[in-house]
Amino acid sequence: MDYATLLQILDSTLRLATPLLLACLAGLYSERSGIFDIGLEGKMLMAAMATGAVAALSGSVWLGLLAGIAGAMLLAVVHGLASITFRGNQLISGVALNFVASGLTVLIAQSLFRQGGRTPPLSGAARFNPIELPFAEALRGVPVLGPFYAEVLSGHTALVYVALLMVPVSWWALYRTRFGLRLRAVGENPASVDTAGISVVRLRYTAVAITGVLCGLAGAYMAAGLQAGFGREMTAGRGYIALAALIFAKWRPWYALWATLLFGFLQALALRSDVVTATIGFEVPVPALDALPYVLTVIVLAGFVGRAIPPRAGGEPYVKER
Amino acid sequence: MTRLPQWADVVLVPLISLLMAGIISALVVLAIGGSPSEVLGTMVTGAVGSSYAWGYTLYYATSFIFTGLAVTVAFHASLFNIGGEGQAQLGGLGVALVCLALPWPHWTLALPAAMLGAAAFGAAWAAIPAWLQARRGSHIVITTIMFNYIGAALIIHLLVNVLRPAGQMDPATARFPAGTDLPTLHEIPGLSLLFDKQVPANVTFFVALVACVLVWILLWRTRLGYQIRAFGRSEPAATYAGISAFKVTMLAMLISGALAGLMSINNVMGESGRLLQNSSEGAGFIGIAVALMGRNHPLGVFLAAILFGFLYQGGAELGLWTTIPIELRIVVQGLVILFTGALDHMVRMMLGVFFRPRRTAVVPA
Repeated sequence: MDYATLLQILDSTLRLATPLLLACLAGLYSERSGIFDIGLEGKMLMAAMATGAVAALSGSVWLGLLAGIAGAMLLAVVHGLASITFRGNQLISGVALNFVASGLTVLIAQSLFRQGGRTPPLSGAARFNPIELPFAEALRGVPVLGPFYAEVLSGHTALVYVALLMVPVSWWALYRTRFGLRLRAVGENPASVDTAGISVVRLRYTAVAITGVLCGLAGAYMAAGLQAGFGREMTAGRGYIALAALIFAKWRPWYALWATLLFGFLQALALRSDVVTATIGFEVPVPALDALPYVLTVIVLAGFVGRAIPPRAGGEPYVKER
Repeated sequence: MTRLPQWADVVLVPLISLLMAGIISALVVLAIGGSPSEVLGTMVTGAVGSSYAWGYTLYYATSFIFTGLAVTVAFHASLFNIGGEGQAQLGGLGVALVCLALPWPHWTLALPAAMLGAAAFGAAWAAIPAWLQARRGSHIVITTIMFNYIGAALIIHLLVNVLRPAGQMDPATARFPAGTDLPTLHEIPGLSLLFDKQVPANVTFFVALVACVLVWILLWRTRLGYQIRAFGRSEPAATYAGISAFKVTMLAMLISGALAGLMSINNVMGESGRLLQNSSEGAGFIGIAVALMGRNHPLGVFLAAILFGFLYQGGAELGLWTTIPIELRIVVQGLVILFTGALDHMVRMMLGVFFRPRRTAVVPA
């Protein structure tokens, strides 16, 4: 594999890792507050549809982005209601909302556009357009690092940089702010947070809302960044890969970045199986590359490579003692 | 919160949940410019309006009985098996390998063998998540989700690169020999008077009914069933009573996986006659809705499976005859899971108002 091919693969790694990273960080807030969320997939899908539809109708990707956030938020609120207010089973709620989103997106897109459940192709201002980082062309001549800067780091859409920025922001919010301390505490021991006079319900709703916003960004990026328009089931299991990445990352922001970059890299490799064959000398079946993120997650879950310990109070509704 | 009488919990809660899912679905239909009454009419005619329609409804219901029972058995051990989809597809692989291995002379010989293959492969696919849960404490929900994807990738690989006969373009196995064809309800003497046209519902339906009875016996009339339910209610209490957590987790998941795998008798052997990609078509997930709706009881599972068979066949008819996309059935499915599984406390709270014990007025002396 020559350097140019490697750069191409790294470039598509970054693009493919972005929705995973956004969804993974989304899940991180919710799960750190003690609300399991396997509905990341559905929220992303809903956001992708809302973005695709509104961007197509208005011609503005930014309105589309807002609609995407609203779409994901709607499901987040239902999940919050089911798992916080009505103390229902969080896993079942997540599964249910994934189905609702899977069906509803097609229904809405079909009734709006009558194009077989997809939204019209987006172009121009209705899509996120690439941003050239400063000096990308000027520095291209610098050996090794120049092309890396110009090809891999520069020329992505705004949400890619937002996603990358969200990593230090999330780290700071979780480990260096009062909110973060409380959020982590409520996921470990909600009773103690309650005793300190802080509302468990409010904290958890806040976390679930942040999950909604980030899933909204992830879905908007899918529909208007990675691809040009919404298509049926377009998230294709990315919500579950993000969930896998979250476990892989042991519920930590920086690890989440590395985990999603790894899974993005695997996805990029699966698209270029010819390169894989040329590099390692024998043919790896594409499905094996597709399945690798899941296999890695199972291995991590099994505790063979360090233990992934979820937030202690995760999945359990909090019942205030009377 | 007011405790509901048992009959209300068993009958009213699922019915009210279904009603609410129905109301929201009707609103969705209205919002996308359809007429809910027309939709319901099309669904009723298309799914239960003729013996031909019933032939399809029962075909879907057969699959859903198996996957619903699979989820039910695991639920009783307080394990949430979302892996029915993967286990069903692997079960399909088991069916295909058995059917293609020998030139089967008659279906009565092929069926038991294929059932063994389906159950063994389905159970095997549940075994690894079960072991990881029992021994390493990995969460069964996450591992079974992962195994759905791993299973799908495995099947695609096998169909494209291994099992596909030379010269065939589409990723599928060869056709099974004629001796493996299961009789459809149209071909069974006696029933053929009722089902006068060829329908996909086949003899597997009766196997599913037997499975319902066997699961009931297992859960409520055997020592293992008692252990499963005790473990599901309270793990520490069960362990204290000498029940092995490892054994119960493994056995409950193996039985669950085997039941999910058995579904493939219906679709792979009974209907398509070869193994295709994504053979289970989401039936593994519908099992979750069926088990929740059926209150984790085989009789309830049976009724809920018929209901979802109606929903699936009716939804397909909608896609054919109206402008409402077929995906409406996925929305209804999601709503039913939401109301019966996650918002059940809300439903109980609503019903609780009607069952509050009457207060006797305290008259001051």
